[in-house]
Amino acid sequence: MTGYLFLAILVLSLIAFYTGRRTASQFVAAHRNDVHSRPIYHGAFAAVWVGLPALVLVLLWLLFQGSIIDRLLLASLPASLTEGASASRLSLYLSEIKNVASGRIFSEPSPEVSAAAERYQRWQMIAQWAMVVVALAVAALALYITRARMTARFRARQGFERTLDIVMILSAVAAVLVTIGIIISLTYEAIQFFRLVPPHEFFFGLNWEPQIAIREDQVAGTGAFGAVPVFTGTLLIATIALLVAVPIGLFSAIYLVEFANDRFRGIVKPILEILAGVPTVVYGFFAVLTVAPAIRQAGGLLGISISPNSALAAGGVMGIMIIPFISSLSDDALRAVPQSMRDGSFAMGATRAETITRVLLPAALPGIVGGILLAASRAIGETMIVVMAAGLTATLTANPLEGVTTVTVQIVTLLIGDTAFDNPKTLSAFALGLVLFVVTLCLNVLALRIVRRYREKYE
Amino acid sequence: MNMLTDAAVETALEGAPESKAAKMRGEKVNVFYGGKQALFDVSLDVGENQVTALIGPSGCGKSTFLRCLNRMNDTIDIARVTGKITLDDEDIYNPRIDVVELRARVGMVFQKPNPFPKSIYENVAYGPRIHGLASAKGDLDGIVETSLQKAGLFNEVKDRLHEPGTGLSGGQQQRLCIARAIAVSPEVILMDEPCSALDPIATARVEELIDELRENYTIVIVTHSMQQAARVSQRTAMFHLGNLVEEGPTDKMFTNPEDKRTQDYITGRFG
Ligand SMILES: Nc1ncnc2c1ncn2[C@@H]1O[C@H](COP(=O)(O)OP(=O)(O)O)[C@@H](O)[C@H]1O
Ligand SMILES: [Mg+2]
Repeated sequence: MTGYLFLAILVLSLIAFYTGRRTASQFVAAHRNDVHSRPIYHGAFAAVWVGLPALVLVLLWLLFQGSIIDRLLLASLPASLTEGASASRLSLYLSEIKNVASGRIFSEPSPEVSAAAERYQRWQMIAQWAMVVVALAVAALALYITRARMTARFRARQGFERTLDIVMILSAVAAVLVTIGIIISLTYEAIQFFRLVPPHEFFFGLNWEPQIAIREDQVAGTGAFGAVPVFTGTLLIATIALLVAVPIGLFSAIYLVEFANDRFRGIVKPILEILAGVPTVVYGFFAVLTVAPAIRQAGGLLGISISPNSALAAGGVMGIMIIPFISSLSDDALRAVPQSMRDGSFAMGATRAETITRVLLPAALPGIVGGILLAASRAIGETMIVVMAAGLTATLTANPLEGVTTVTVQIVTLLIGDTAFDNPKTLSAFALGLVLFVVTLCLNVLALRIVRRYREKYE
Repeated sequence: MNMLTDAAVETALEGAPESKAAKMRGEKVNVFYGGKQALFDVSLDVGENQVTALIGPSGCGKSTFLRCLNRMNDTIDIARVTGKITLDDEDIYNPRIDVVELRARVGMVFQKPNPFPKSIYENVAYGPRIHGLASAKGDLDGIVETSLQKAGLFNEVKDRLHEPGTGLSGGQQQRLCIARAIAVSPEVILMDEPCSALDPIATARVEELIDELRENYTIVIVTHSMQQAARVSQRTAMFHLGNLVEEGPTDKMFTNPEDKRTQDYITGRFG
């Protein structure tokens, strides 16, 4: 139904476009030089004004229809049912009514509920038809108005372009609103958590055992929410990743910019960038099936016992994943150093190595640091590799051969299985998520500022 | 060797620049960029302790010739140089020659001032550091100070030696680049249109400086401005389409050129 409505609006708007354009062509034929906008703008203007308002109306309608009908339903229930009932009780009624309405009957419904279900079905129908009629009426009215306004001197181009501006602004605002929405929901749940567990325990506690019972019959720990071992685990793995990625990324960038010929660069650079496009779950396999056993074997030869989910394996593979971030931003940074710097250095009798270490790297440092910070933020937020390859128990250690857990792993495991939003186990995932969000956001902002400032310098 | 020096002293006394001893000498120099030839059999001597100006219309190969003299063309992949260029009678394209050493002896100043994004001090100290010229920190301070003094910049920057060199004005930056070149005590300084990015006052200062530097260094300068060539140089070489058209004492080149093309160029008929 809604699908047909969208189609109808689209067709109307196409009609508006073609007729608008044709009418405008007739102006051109009649008035020659006295026509303000080209016919295509008249068409576009009409199409946008016929399509957009109707579309927006339908979207808003769909957004609010559900909750309005719910309100009406509850209001129509006999007072004996709703009097003094809790919110969760009421929502149970609603879902029962809807189940009955859609024919999913688990037990014989009470007469009140059957009646409500009938009402529900009727109202749904009315609302839907009302929406169709109103939307088509709006589109038709818009078609009429735009046709009436169309004259040779009508500034259709300005009108169309202003409308496009508004559409673009709205899209940008939508992205910002979504971000704000995410922050609000995260913060809200995190505050719930901090009501149950004091912040100082979360931020400074050294013991992390969040798997507490949600139902009475579960066997579980008593619960401890000191997140420090989780943070240090994240830090350990991210550090290992950077130790792998920074030298490799930086050296490959230096090689590609300063030494490689064009042909070699043309082949190798895209390959390096493919690394960034490999699905992280594939890196996860690689870590679990190849790297971790290899490290364990190597350890066995040396007589060291290494945990099967060692930080080294997860961090090392994550390092490979973030190489492209570092190499491609360092590459940009080095390339942005003007040729005149190289010439100046060579003309002083500096060798290539001296030129790189004493002039190019210092000059490109801000860009390189920006790249490293972005990569760090990726490493901290990376989930799949660590879910597959890192540990689940939070150990407070700096030993890369032991298993540690990370913030992302904990979030995933906390939200798997039974969840209840009045329970610190579930809510702690949001507190962790908020910390993760704030840290990576700060890293990203910092990195982008450094990179941008540096770009301006040579322009 | 003695005879040469004597001759140099004599001519210096007489003030006749043409017979100065040649510090650098190019013989039948050809340069190719890929398949395109940019210089054709150029033979030109650069006299010791004098300023040689290279003039000619854009694209005639002045910069190309200049870059042959310190082998900066080596940094361009497609460039190929044939012929012979000597510094103190030693072939600089001989494989035994170390370009690092050569460029310490033949310094260069570029068209656009290109100080490194480092402090003023570090810019000047760059050369001495990479060539290991200063054994103690005090030595380095001394080299930096005298170089800045010789470049006529010391008084302007002595209070902010540790601020970025890129914060100076264009003219100051160019003198900083000259100080940077001087700091490794080169014998020859090559300058490629060193004033073309500067305003007239900064230009006058740099020209004055070039005249002072002549006492201790051999200078080759590419310039677009006839007046500048006349003001600062003792000898002038005129290039056209990759050929050396004519070469001689600056006075004579500007008053009584032999070649028609030089005449036309100097009187502004092309260029
Ligand atoms: N790096 C280069 N690659 C290819 N051709 C070049 C390069 N540098 C200079 N040329 C060519 O060599 C010729 C001489 O250039 P150049 O020496 O820069 O002239 P000038 O300094 O007299 O203006 C020009 O035709 C120019 O196009
Ligand atoms: Mg030039």
